[in-house]
Amino acid sequence: MKVSVQTADFDLSSEVKALAEKNTNIGAVASFVGVVREVAMTLEHYPAMTEAAIRKIVEEAKSRWEVMDCTVIHRYGELQPSDQIVLVAVASAHRGDAFAACEFIMDYLKTRAPFWKKEHRAEGARWVEARASDDDAAERWAGKVG
Amino acid sequence: MKVKLLFFAGLREQLGTAGEEIELPAAVNTVAALRTHLLGRGERWQSALGEARLVRTAVNQDMVQSTARIKAGDEVAFFPPVTGG
Repeated sequence: MKVSVQTADFDLSSEVKALAEKNTNIGAVASFVGVVREVAMTLEHYPAMTEAAIRKIVEEAKSRWEVMDCTVIHRYGELQPSDQIVLVAVASAHRGDAFAACEFIMDYLKTRAPFWKKEHRAEGARWVEARASDDDAAERWAGKVG
Repeated sequence: MKVKLLFFAGLREQLGTAGEEIELPAAVNTVAALRTHLLGRGERWQSALGEARLVRTAVNQDMVQSTARIKAGDEVAFFPPVTGG
């Protein structure tokens, strides 16, 4: 498992390649990239907690699906529109597990990883409010097995 | 007992502090009791941490419910619902 919280950008294809090459039993890598929409923002996080929180989410995914390996990269600091924010890539023997685990990890990241976005709009800076729909997205996994 | 408080994002800005060490009465031994204790500091604290505000808490870097116990030496972080990803 690779978890990185960083200011630097990342390269999707090299991250996916590194995952796929690790084990010849891997038959699928599902990946998700989150991108900054519309306005520049600053991402704050809780350094002592962030990486551990992400690892816990990945462990939870591993207990539900056959995940052979996983890479999560989340950026913080100043980001511009169209910048990449987050990468989740999940390797598995088959696509079903890879797709499901990737979506699960993203949904849980949205509600459990300690990041906060502050948007820099023309009328001033403002903290982004959490969305109830993100809670709903994470909730729907509760009680689901695999 | 002494605990370390941390505040993040909008809460940090509203309170004008990123954190502090605080000495607590022994009876203040849950997250909910600590939050109530801090409300006693005045209006700024009431508007930031009052019941109407959605506040999340982590004890020793682990997200917890308001019923969670706190003990001497703990790091207790208050923050708004997270918005990463």
